[in-house]
Amino acid sequence: MTTLLKLDQIFLLTGLALLIVAGLTYRDRSNPRRYSSGLFWALWAAIYLIGDLLPPAVVGVLVVMLALLGGLGGVSRGQHPTREPAERQADAAALGNKLFLPILTITLLTLAGSLTLKDVHLGDLLLVETKNVTLISVGLGALAGLAGALWMTRERPMQAVREARRLLETMGPAVILPQMLATLGLLFTDAGVGRAVAHLTTSNIPVDNAWFAVTAYALGMALFTMVMGNAFAAFPVMTAGIGIPILLGMHHGNAATMAAIGMFCGYCGTLMTPMAANFNIIPAALLELKDKNAVIRAQWPTALVLLGVNIVLLRFLMF
Amino acid sequence: MSADVSLWPLIGVAVVIVGFVLRFNPVLVVAAAGIATGLAAKLPLDLILAKLGSGFVKTRNLPLTLLLPLPIIGLLERHGLRERAQAWIAGIRSATAGRLLVIYLFIRETAAAMGLTSLGGHAPMVRPLVAPMTEAAAEKTHGPVPQAVRDKWKAMAAATDNVGLFFGEDIFVAFGSIVLMQTFLAENGVVTDPLHIALWGIPTAVAAFVIHAARLIRLDRRLPQDIARARAEENQA
Repeated sequence: MTTLLKLDQIFLLTGLALLIVAGLTYRDRSNPRRYSSGLFWALWAAIYLIGDLLPPAVVGVLVVMLALLGGLGGVSRGQHPTREPAERQADAAALGNKLFLPILTITLLTLAGSLTLKDVHLGDLLLVETKNVTLISVGLGALAGLAGALWMTRERPMQAVREARRLLETMGPAVILPQMLATLGLLFTDAGVGRAVAHLTTSNIPVDNAWFAVTAYALGMALFTMVMGNAFAAFPVMTAGIGIPILLGMHHGNAATMAAIGMFCGYCGTLMTPMAANFNIIPAALLELKDKNAVIRAQWPTALVLLGVNIVLLRFLMF
Repeated sequence: MSADVSLWPLIGVAVVIVGFVLRFNPVLVVAAAGIATGLAAKLPLDLILAKLGSGFVKTRNLPLTLLLPLPIIGLLERHGLRERAQAWIAGIRSATAGRLLVIYLFIRETAAAMGLTSLGGHAPMVRPLVAPMTEAAAEKTHGPVPQAVRDKWKAMAAATDNVGLFFGEDIFVAFGSIVLMQTFLAENGVVTDPLHIALWGIPTAVAAFVIHAARLIRLDRRLPQDIARARAEENQA
């Protein structure tokens, strides 16, 4: 069966936009490192455009180049001509709450699309690739919102790319961190990091005491998540290591309670680790915060108190 | 558990921890950790590169929710989006920075609990709307706010989005992680009902809301002292 809208098309669009960003950066004389910065964005564009056509080892070389360019100061930003605050104030007054509409468009179309576009057929044609309905809906929402924003502000499409470039340069090379970390997570799994961590956390625990057993499971979930950056990777390891043999087997706990609260212990770990870059590091860059760990600093007290609450909840709700 | 588990792969974990603690560039730290992990697992270099490459291609979907809204947000910011958001919040008399974030936390968490996880997010909501509104609410009641305090509240806005999303999504019964848990348990001979997993998440979800909201209200009360302290530090510098 053929499919009309696929994630590959969004990758293509993203790659083309990044390629234009690379070209603009290459020509930007206000950027002190315009060649290496341009190369960085061009390499990232290439991974979106032809990443799945190249041999994996070649992509690996590109990734190492990205890391070296991004990590050794090869990526810098140019000056972006901004409009006067008075001009923006005037536009804000003239456009009023209409300014919020394009953003609401992304959000509402994403919601509507992910709820309604699953398994929609036009004759023999599948409208949207089933497993990527949400991301494709984000793409459709973004295109519709962009059309609205261009119409409302009477700007040319090129200005939208320039503005995207301004925001990308604000974030800098940190934008590739989520992908780098997810890749590292896959490598960790292949290399047996999970087995090693489970071995360390599950040996030498006085497991016949329910408090100790519950605490070991909760802290293990949080710590393992902090290492891997992802609670989904921690759950199978900790549950096979402590959850099933000890909490269920020895102490006869309720499995649904253990799973629900155990996963939340992992989420507490996610709030405290730079490994979860897309939640913790990217927003710090996006909000132009000086301290790149500012978001973790803001949320660790919530995470720690909640982890304590979870241990108590597990102890009393599970048995 | 067998005794012959190799602990060598943990060298990658050590690289990450040491790198982050010593504040080396995170992109470099992660690349180094990947290569170290591969070498510790005795993989040949071309296989390590291939794993890096295929992993990076496989995870291309991750940055999309960040990248796709950027052109719209940039364009609207150029035409006064922040200014409009700030003027709007300044017109609401009872708005404070803390109360605003408590309301956002409530909306984000309940929406996620109903499966509406895309309502919110750092790129489409926090940067263009929630963070500027929080700043404006703080300035409305306390006058000009020093940069250090401003940054603290912006970070809190991002943190509030995370807390609301995480502890809401997992009590939606059709969410991926519940399927993952149920499938894993079933493979190991433990039968659970997805609905029960979702329901047993509710006490933690409520606790997350109470704890984070209490911190926001407390931060709200401490705002005058925080501003005074930041001003004193600025004057000393």
